[in-house]
Amino acid sequence: MNRFSLALRMLRREWRAGELRVLAAALVIAVASVTSVGFFTDRVGRALAQQANILLGADLALISDHPLDNYFEIEAQRRGLRTAHTLSFPSMVLHGERTQLAEIKAVSRNYPLRGELRVAQQPFSPDIASKGIPESGTAWLDDRLFKQLDAFATARLEVGASRLAVSAVLTQEPDRAGVLFNIAPRLLMNIQDIPATGLIQEGSRVSYRLLVAGEVGKVDLFRTWVAPLLKRGERLEGVSDARPEIRAALSRAERFLGLAALTSIILAAVTVVMATRRFMARHLDNCAVMRCLGAQQRLIFKLYLIQFSLLGTFASLIGCLLGYIGQMVLAQRLGSMVAVELPLPSMLPVAQGILTGMVTLLGFSLPFLQQLKHVPALRVLRRELGPPGHYGLIGFALGLAGISGLVLWQAEDAKLGGYVLVGLGVAILVGALLALLLIRVLSVVRRQAAASWRYGLANIARRAGGSVAQVTAFSLGIMVLLLLVVVRGDLMRSWQSTLPADAPNRFVINIQPDQVQPLRGFFHGHQIHPPVLYPMVRGRLLAVNGNPVATREYPDERAHRLIEREFNLSWSEQLPDDNQLVAGKWWGQGGYGAQLSVEEGIARTLGIKLGDELTYGVGGAIFNARVVNLRKVNWDSFRVNFFVIASPGVLETFPASYVTSLHLPDARGGLLDEMVKAFPNLTVIDVAAVMNEVRTIMDRVSGAVEFVFLFTWLMGFTILYAAIAATRDERVFEAAILRTLGASRRQLLAGLFAEFAVIGLLAGLVAALGASGTSYFLSTRILMLPYVCNFWLLPIGMLAGAAAIGIAGIAGCYSVLNQPPLQTIRDSS
Amino acid sequence: MQAIALTKQVTSEGAPLIILDQLDFSASPGESVAVLGASGSGKSTLLGLLAGLDAPTGGKVLLDGIDLFALDEDGRAALRGRLVGFVFQSFQLLPSLTALENVMLPLELAGVNGARIESGAALERVGLAQRASHYPRQLSGGEQQRVAIARAFSVNPRLLLADEPTGNLDSATGERIIDLLFQLNKEHGTTLILVTHDERLAQRCQRRLHLDKGVLVPEYL
Repeated sequence: MNRFSLALRMLRREWRAGELRVLAAALVIAVASVTSVGFFTDRVGRALAQQANILLGADLALISDHPLDNYFEIEAQRRGLRTAHTLSFPSMVLHGERTQLAEIKAVSRNYPLRGELRVAQQPFSPDIASKGIPESGTAWLDDRLFKQLDAFATARLEVGASRLAVSAVLTQEPDRAGVLFNIAPRLLMNIQDIPATGLIQEGSRVSYRLLVAGEVGKVDLFRTWVAPLLKRGERLEGVSDARPEIRAALSRAERFLGLAALTSIILAAVTVVMATRRFMARHLDNCAVMRCLGAQQRLIFKLYLIQFSLLGTFASLIGCLLGYIGQMVLAQRLGSMVAVELPLPSMLPVAQGILTGMVTLLGFSLPFLQQLKHVPALRVLRRELGPPGHYGLIGFALGLAGISGLVLWQAEDAKLGGYVLVGLGVAILVGALLALLLIRVLSVVRRQAAASWRYGLANIARRAGGSVAQVTAFSLGIMVLLLLVVVRGDLMRSWQSTLPADAPNRFVINIQPDQVQPLRGFFHGHQIHPPVLYPMVRGRLLAVNGNPVATREYPDERAHRLIEREFNLSWSEQLPDDNQLVAGKWWGQGGYGAQLSVEEGIARTLGIKLGDELTYGVGGAIFNARVVNLRKVNWDSFRVNFFVIASPGVLETFPASYVTSLHLPDARGGLLDEMVKAFPNLTVIDVAAVMNEVRTIMDRVSGAVEFVFLFTWLMGFTILYAAIAATRDERVFEAAILRTLGASRRQLLAGLFAEFAVIGLLAGLVAALGASGTSYFLSTRILMLPYVCNFWLLPIGMLAGAAAIGIAGIAGCYSVLNQPPLQTIRDSS
Repeated sequence: MQAIALTKQVTSEGAPLIILDQLDFSASPGESVAVLGASGSGKSTLLGLLAGLDAPTGGKVLLDGIDLFALDEDGRAALRGRLVGFVFQSFQLLPSLTALENVMLPLELAGVNGARIESGAALERVGLAQRASHYPRQLSGGEQQRVAIARAFSVNPRLLLADEPTGNLDSATGERIIDLLFQLNKEHGTTLILVTHDERLAQRCQRRLHLDKGVLVPEYL
């Protein structure tokens, strides 16, 4: 305890002397970065855990893509459980001249079984808990739909063949996915009104839910009873597995934001190395004196270890506090991915933050602290004696292992973590090598420069190690900024430019067979060449070569989804225009037999080969057909395309609906309102509107990523400060000499600006090259887009870097200029 | 304090170089001894060995009857903490600590309770009670050396080793420092071994030894 209080007193004295501030700042920022992500994901995680039944609107939901058999509900009620029904599907809603695609949800009397519906009289006015559901003949709209339809209370909307009166604004709905998952706004109506709308027809994509709630034991027993009875396309969602889409998104957000946050940890490690090395250099004498005064080696090490541990704990706690504030920003950007109020976070992220802070601090400072204990006491008499000085990569093995552990932990996946570690390692190495090369080039160039600049450039070359660290750290920050701000826009434009000007911008789905001719007539009547209408039958893959397909046989997540859901199957005599055969032959004219053409990507995912016989179930019937060719499809073309196309004669007997895509200039957008009025069951999807929604979501997500990288930037400045601090004594001395030799304050300032602006310039250059490389990789390897080189990246990156770092550097060194030269020279002699 | 056949030899450019050659000498409690010698005569090496800061090539040093070099590095440090005080030419104060904290340091390291009160009293004895909260950089050279003296005496050492204590001071200040050193030495009954090349200072010691080419030559012998 005595040692502890001595260490505490020593820490207080060191702090007062300003020796430890930069270390503390680095840790505070790094921990704030990690915990802001940690707190946020913890809150969403807790919302999922604590309010799972509210998020589900029930204790158990039986979800199906077809109407559920009655006996599930009868059995649930027999067991004393409460039940409710919902069904949801996308459809057009009309109000006067306005039409809008909405997500319709129809609910039965007891809905919701858990949580509550909240309504208001006007958008954005105070809401109250509702006592029931919309009365028959009425509808509640969310504020988005309210605005889009220019609706008002009592307005009459057309939903399919029926008319509903607007009776309230829906402000909260327990089992609604958050805005991140909702492309279309919501209309809530009474389930009794559904038949009159005539909207549920062949080919409609409807999600049916039977909600169940009651005593825990009874619900569990019911679940056990239901589970073995489930057929394909039916699944259970309970409290523990509620909202898989949010869970998946949360886990992804946790991983990627977490990894982004870790970049600041890695930079913090660099700061710790720089700052502790300086700390050690300045404490060699102190330790020699302490040893002379009777301190044993062990005691010295222990005292510094306790000091650093205390510093780490304090700084991490402050970091956690800032992280707590920071998570509010994330919650504001991304919190809407869950529809309920987020609960307060747990204390777990604090533990995570402290662990991260301590691993970073101790892992990278121990080698230096070890050195301090080896300072010979004789140094008090012979100043040239220092510690033996063996540290290198091996000394930092603990720190590197700790950081690797943190990355792997955050990635939750050895492979992803490995990629990140290797990628980051390579990026830092390449950045550092490039920086070193540029610094060498500068040494040649500087002979031609003016005196102040020559002095500044000489400083960069002389402190090459520190300069490389600064350039690398800043280039990482600038690169991320360039990627998020410039390259993202470039990629978006590049993708848009690959679309022909007349690429379809509207999809029309749910066209019934008896509407095919009238619809063609409608287009003719408006002098528009009728688009091709593709027949569509929904079927489920049951077996491949007679072997029933089971999800467990496919390790791939995408394969699971493909098998679980119904496929859209079509038939055609011709190979579609923009498709390309990659294997087998297209069927000839007449006498086809039952043949199938499969898209190559899905064939690969499901392991389907040429010549395989596939068995599909459509409604209650089944059919078999052989795969005779594989196709390549350009999905970006925005045309209607199918994974599986059958030869004529296979599917015609099954109930089908039709689908089409067309290009309509914006000026003729009104035509579709007319079309929906004439054929109320049709659903029109406006690609531009969907793209806008997607863009909004991307903006929110990238806003969150930018926020996390803000910490990386702050860390860059901490490194700059650490570098300035590390060289401060030297700078003060040099400035004094230059002042004595007659240099003006202006000249000194110019020299300093030259040094830092050039560091910024180099960082910008490295960053622009890195961003271009990443953008090239993203567009050609991942997004399959033609690479468009943006020549602005270089000037933008370099100018921004030079300006920001030049100014920050001057600010950090300003006090150097105010030191009276005589005092400085006397002090150092 | 007793040194027996104390030898220090180093290798310089491949050839052995003897710095201290079979040195025998002792100092009784309360005695003050000056060690004089030209630069490079081995004065500082001797001081380092007497304090156990460096290891000899041969011979031993007995401190309070304990063989210094039979102990390990940490054992010697512990013994130093208990028995030895230092005053250096360059003061060796810790720049991040105030005057009072510098005086407290050896007591704190030894785990002594009430270090603050004792150190305050020690600073008062050297006339610096008013400057207890000043940092070394805010003190003059003479004041810094007085703090160092207060620190050296704060642990009540049996042996005080002083290495050119006035080397960095002007003569008037140096004079006052030496007065203080001898006064405290007398009060505490400490053995003082003072290394210097200042004859006037050496004159104030009870005994003077000359170090010449690694051998101790008593004065007037």
